[in-house]
Amino acid sequence: MNTRKTLAELKIGERAEIVGFTDALLSLKLLEMGCLPGSEIEMTHLAPFGDPLAIKVSGYTLTMRKDEAATIQINLLNN
Amino acid sequence: MSQKPKIALIGNPNAGKSSLFNSLTGLRQKTGNFPGVTMDKLTGTWEIEPGQEVDILDLPGIYSIYPKSLDEELVINILGNPANEDYPDMAIVVADASNLKRNLLLFSQVRDLGIPTVLALNMIDVAETEGYVINSIKLARELNVEVAEINAKKGIGINGLRLAVGKTLANRYASNDALPLPVDELMLEGIQLKFGEADPYRSLLWLMEHDRMKMFSPDQRKAFDAIQDEFQFKSEEYKTSETVKRYEALSEVVERCVINLNRQWDAPPVKTWTDRLDSVFLHSIGGYLFFFLLLFVMFQAVFTWAAYPMDAIDAGVAYLNDWLKTVLPASALTGLLTDGLVAGIGGVLIFIPQIAFLFFFIAMLEETGYMSRVMFIMDKLMRRFGLNGKSVVPLISGVACAVPAIMSTRSIGSWKDRLITIMVTPLMSCSARLPIYTVLISLVVPEKSTLFGLFNLQGLALFGMYLLGFLMAIVSAWVMKQILQVKERSYFIMELPTYKAPRFKHMAISILNSVKAFVFEAGKIIVAISIVLWVLASYGPGDSMSQVDAQVRQANPTLSAAELSNRIASEKLENSYAGHFGHFIEPVIKPLGYDWKIGIALITSFAAREVFVGTMSTIYSLGGEVDDENATIKNRMRAEINPETGKPLYDVALGFSLLIFYAFAMQCMSTLATTYRETKSWKYPAIQFFYMTALAYLTAFITYQVLA
Repeated sequence: MNTRKTLAELKIGERAEIVGFTDALLSLKLLEMGCLPGSEIEMTHLAPFGDPLAIKVSGYTLTMRKDEAATIQINLLNN
Repeated sequence: MSQKPKIALIGNPNAGKSSLFNSLTGLRQKTGNFPGVTMDKLTGTWEIEPGQEVDILDLPGIYSIYPKSLDEELVINILGNPANEDYPDMAIVVADASNLKRNLLLFSQVRDLGIPTVLALNMIDVAETEGYVINSIKLARELNVEVAEINAKKGIGINGLRLAVGKTLANRYASNDALPLPVDELMLEGIQLKFGEADPYRSLLWLMEHDRMKMFSPDQRKAFDAIQDEFQFKSEEYKTSETVKRYEALSEVVERCVINLNRQWDAPPVKTWTDRLDSVFLHSIGGYLFFFLLLFVMFQAVFTWAAYPMDAIDAGVAYLNDWLKTVLPASALTGLLTDGLVAGIGGVLIFIPQIAFLFFFIAMLEETGYMSRVMFIMDKLMRRFGLNGKSVVPLISGVACAVPAIMSTRSIGSWKDRLITIMVTPLMSCSARLPIYTVLISLVVPEKSTLFGLFNLQGLALFGMYLLGFLMAIVSAWVMKQILQVKERSYFIMELPTYKAPRFKHMAISILNSVKAFVFEAGKIIVAISIVLWVLASYGPGDSMSQVDAQVRQANPTLSAAELSNRIASEKLENSYAGHFGHFIEPVIKPLGYDWKIGIALITSFAAREVFVGTMSTIYSLGGEVDDENATIKNRMRAEINPETGKPLYDVALGFSLLIFYAFAMQCMSTLATTYRETKSWKYPAIQFFYMTALAYLTAFITYQVLA
């Protein structure tokens, strides 16, 4: 089953597909850095205190804060 | 020869731009760059053919031409304005082949601005180990551009790049594509009518980014706003749609030119070195432990390893000084040369080993990619204090010098976070404080002592001073966060680069440049102040100086000749202009434990703290009590006696009080000037000066009163 969530809710090791963005300003920055709708991402690290987080997207690692991750809508992928 | 062609290097952060810049220019670089900080443009020359040089301009790494922070603004201000003195004849876009699509986004934007462009494909080896094979000939045809395959780090493929650049410089081919996404023709005409004929994409860039471009006057900015309103043009929406559209087109290009060898959906993910290292460095406990350990080792090293070359330089300077004194006739001029200049310059030279070590470590953190991990693990903590994970870079490079560190805050997107970082960065102990710490610590902390037989206590004390600076910086940041109640969003979207082995040649160049800059910049000030100080300390108001001689002789008829001349010398210093200044401020600094001689050093240090050691050596050598055998500044200070107690003047209380004062006081004109330049207001450097000096006074007062 695919469940719709935001990136902030992903657990370490889980994979998902980017569906869309809810914040217009952030979405440009994310797009430019290679977070495209349809690309696959994996949650790889949580900083101490659970924030910020690091994800793997098309072969490289991006970091962002939890509230920024909450603007990315995802589809959880089953491993 | 005519004007040299100018070539701009453009690319994503970590695409290998700086490596390429170093391969091309080697030591022919104009701007000294501090390690860890590539905020400003760098220039150098590249001999493209025998006898033909081109100017290379290295610009900060960007993901797109739309800037999100101040350092990125520089790029559109150069590429968007043909009247800019740095506007290039052509551009080399350096692309990371292992991440082609994202890198091509920037390439397509730069080319659409109407700038002749060459695409340099870097890190093809990385792409191939990941299973991607790139057909660069096909890519060149599809994109209609010269493509060169390079390995920037190893300097491979430079000849191919020469060829591509030569061709592009000869034909000046720039694409004349239509806009990626059509806009109202009338609007474009409106812009061109008002602001001149330009490439359509450039006109559009002006419209969207006019507030960030320095070429436009306030009136012109209003005109742009009016055009935007008239045509209901929404910049942010356009940028987003444009980016999506460009990616769509580039996806097809990449699809045709890149073969993916492991396109099986369930291919097990390969654990790379970066993954393995990150599981340690980003670990919630281990990450902090490692970071702290690393800093600790760094300061131990700065103190212990650097001691050997430092002792050698120290002995060399003392020897030179003594030799000059025996060779030259004893005169006022000889005094100026030996006690003023040689002592002052020696005071700078001796710290080259420590400063080089410090720069080496900072360059190492940056080079390997570890610095971004530190930002990541520190972000949450820093945010509590009103800072940002990205503040870590200015704070760490503040250990070298606050000037480039303050400049490096340009990468912090939020104004409030950036301002607070600028305000507190000078509290980090910079390399100019190192000489003062070293001398004072060696006076008050026993040399041979160790903790658990392992750690050198002097090294530990030095580490403590740096830690103290850092703690004070974050506490001050927290206070400022409470005062500055601005709600502003700050970003923390950032790429973690893969770990890389440091490029030692690259590091050597930047360490060399930094040390050179430090020696010459500090050297100039020290020489100037030494001369002024020497004059002020050798002459006094009226005929007071000439009377000293007779008075001392009369008052002390029983003293031996040597003792008498010492007494005369110190009386003379006390009656000189410098002595008067020192006595003038003595009441203010007395509660901190300082006498009028230290007062003179404090006054001279207000322009630049690095003159402290030089001032001390000038004062003590003029003030007599010189044993020519071992005339180093340390020994002179150690021999200084407190006239009230009869014990050594530099005891634990005074030593620590002075250490604390120099740790926190704002004694650097260059830093204040940089703060002014970066905040564009005198208000902030003024606040910085007063809060830091007040803090220094207060804490030094408490230290002295508690320890005395």
